Amino acid sequence: MEKITCECGHVNPFGTEICEACGKPLQNVDSTKLINMRYEGGAVRSQTYKKHSIDKIWNFFSSVKVGIWIIVLILVAAAIGTIFPQQMYIPPTADPSTYYEEEYGTLGKIFYLLGFENLYGSWWFMLLLAALGISLVIVSIDRGFPLYRALKHQRVTRHNSFMNRQRLYIEVTQPLALEQLKTSLKKRRYKVKEENGNWLAEKNRFSRWGPYVNHTGLILFLIGAMLRFFPDMYLDQPLWIKEGETLAIPGTKTEDGQYYLKNNRFIMDTYKENDPKFAEALKKSSADIPSNYQSNVTLYKTKKDFLPGAKPELTKVKDYKLRVNDPLEFDSFSLYQVDFKPSQLDAFSFKLKRKKTDETIGEFTVNLANPKATYHLKKGYDITLKNYYKNVKVENNKELGSKDNNPENPLMLLKIIAPDVPKGERAVLGIQKNFELGQNKYRISLSGVKMKNVSGLTVKKDRTLPIIVIGGLIFMIGVVQGLYWNHRRVWLKKEGDRWLIAAHTNKNWFGMKRELQGISEETGMPVLQDQS
Amino acid sequence: MKKKQKRLVLRSVLLLVIALAVGYTLYNTVFKDTSGNVQVGDQAPNFELTTLNGEKVKLSDFKGKKGVFLNFWGTWCDPCKREMPYMEELYKQYRDKGIEILAVDVGEASISVSDFKKRLHLSFPILMDDSKDVTRLYGIGPIPTTLLINADGKIIEKTSDSLSKEKIEEYMKRIKP
Repeated sequence: MEKITCECGHVNPFGTEICEACGKPLQNVDSTKLINMRYEGGAVRSQTYKKHSIDKIWNFFSSVKVGIWIIVLILVAAAIGTIFPQQMYIPPTADPSTYYEEEYGTLGKIFYLLGFENLYGSWWFMLLLAALGISLVIVSIDRGFPLYRALKHQRVTRHNSFMNRQRLYIEVTQPLALEQLKTSLKKRRYKVKEENGNWLAEKNRFSRWGPYVNHTGLILFLIGAMLRFFPDMYLDQPLWIKEGETLAIPGTKTEDGQYYLKNNRFIMDTYKENDPKFAEALKKSSADIPSNYQSNVTLYKTKKDFLPGAKPELTKVKDYKLRVNDPLEFDSFSLYQVDFKPSQLDAFSFKLKRKKTDETIGEFTVNLANPKATYHLKKGYDITLKNYYKNVKVENNKELGSKDNNPENPLMLLKIIAPDVPKGERAVLGIQKNFELGQNKYRISLSGVKMKNVSGLTVKKDRTLPIIVIGGLIFMIGVVQGLYWNHRRVWLKKEGDRWLIAAHTNKNWFGMKRELQGISEETGMPVLQDQS
Repeated sequence: MKKKQKRLVLRSVLLLVIALAVGYTLYNTVFKDTSGNVQVGDQAPNFELTTLNGEKVKLSDFKGKKGVFLNFWGTWCDPCKREMPYMEELYKQYRDKGIEILAVDVGEASISVSDFKKRLHLSFPILMDDSKDVTRLYGIGPIPTTLLINADGKIIEKTSDSLSKEKIEEYMKRIKP
């Protein structure tokens, strides 16, 4: 691992291919082939030290070839993942282990077996992304620093064998119009440096940093994506809230309290038939076309010492009309209108009548989510709810039970107490059900049904977005910087009565030649020959 | 020599930092149950609910005194119904040995719950989570879900199985202070 001292006196790191200062080739000295100017002949670090197992890992990721393979694997996997829907997009009731085969046949089965149904959150996809991140960091460190070093140390005066092994080169004896040449180069934004009568004209060196800027952006982007999985950075939670309900908003507990939301009303508007803009299109559709989904909500906040479950002391924060893409924003949270369930049963109203006279004794309303036990109608008349099933089913052919906790098919067992029936009469009421147990003097009948809509909302928080945006921006800057500009250099060396002239660009040789052509026309400098 | 060592340290540190970050991310996404906020090993978040009989119960009331068998259930859920008699039986046995059962009903009508309680002769406190705030706080998906909270207030087990009598007894022994 010896350092290489060039005959010009400059000390180069081990593995350097051409001297950083004077450009003398340090390997293949006697060759006449063109010099490989990649990374300015700087030693790509990792490829020169091979020792420790850490170095071996480092070297593996330092290879551009490996990096490209990682990118290819990510692209292929990500593409395959889009062939069939991801698991989160198949019907929620479907069983993924059978769904893919039933829906898409053998290919679907393979898709599922290989774990593509949950690709973007799978451990191996994440590992590939991580590998890309590592590759980007190491590749940049290993190449960026030597390149920077080489360009910083370059001298104006270059070794003859550096000059004549450049792609664009010429050797002339005729005198050059130096003043004109300088003006001409400066006009083309070259910076001209002189040393002992030799010249280096250089422009757009910053273009060489493009790839590294680009990589920095990408790494930032990946970090942003990774941060989603860190606590307090990202939140995406559903909240179903019925009209009239007040619920804690999940995930919105902060140091100074918990946020609550009340849903005052859900509104769905449709386009009117004579809508000036869409009348034509509306004629073609028999169904109503919705124009607006909206939840009118009120945001509340509890005090600091809030205890979940306890009846909270709420302070109103603000009213808001939640519309699609018009979220309610508070602290770092956003609340979006995303879905709704129309007309869910909420309450039944009943009338109590004396059968004989058909006289109405009174009316009462039963809240189906959580009904009261007794309803006092007037003095001496009470209705007691003896039993209640929200979504009734019959178990074992005799016992009553509920299928679930949704009041879709409620059944209530009631007891009527009246002055003339102090022991009470029994009745069973439900949807299209009205039985009496025994010979009753009183009759309960349905007088009203109250429906309520349920709003489907999403609570979101994404603190990673700024990082991802900045990462993307830096990425684009890097791309433009590296692709739009070319790093160009022209060397002039006076060797006795001869002039050696060489030129190099990191890309777009055609453009470079045209530029030299232009300079030649203006100053009489001979046109350089393409030696490739 | 010094420079080479410095390089090795730098490389190791960089690779380690990346490995840690990636490992943590993987752990969060793949191996951790992300459905709920509460995990085994966490301190059980405190809450206050009202029992069917109208008494207020705070989880923190038991901290340092009793182990809590926290059960989330509903009357419509058959597996819940199956484990209830065992819970009742063992409750009688262990209530004086430092165990409390808190059965949180996930937002049902109190009438249905009290009828159920009467039919199954349950004597342990049944907490009514009307707003389902506590159910959401504990990230409860399917029911029944049982959490074992030891006397230090730490969650030592979370399961969504329907429990046998033996299993419940084993759990009670585990949280006995």
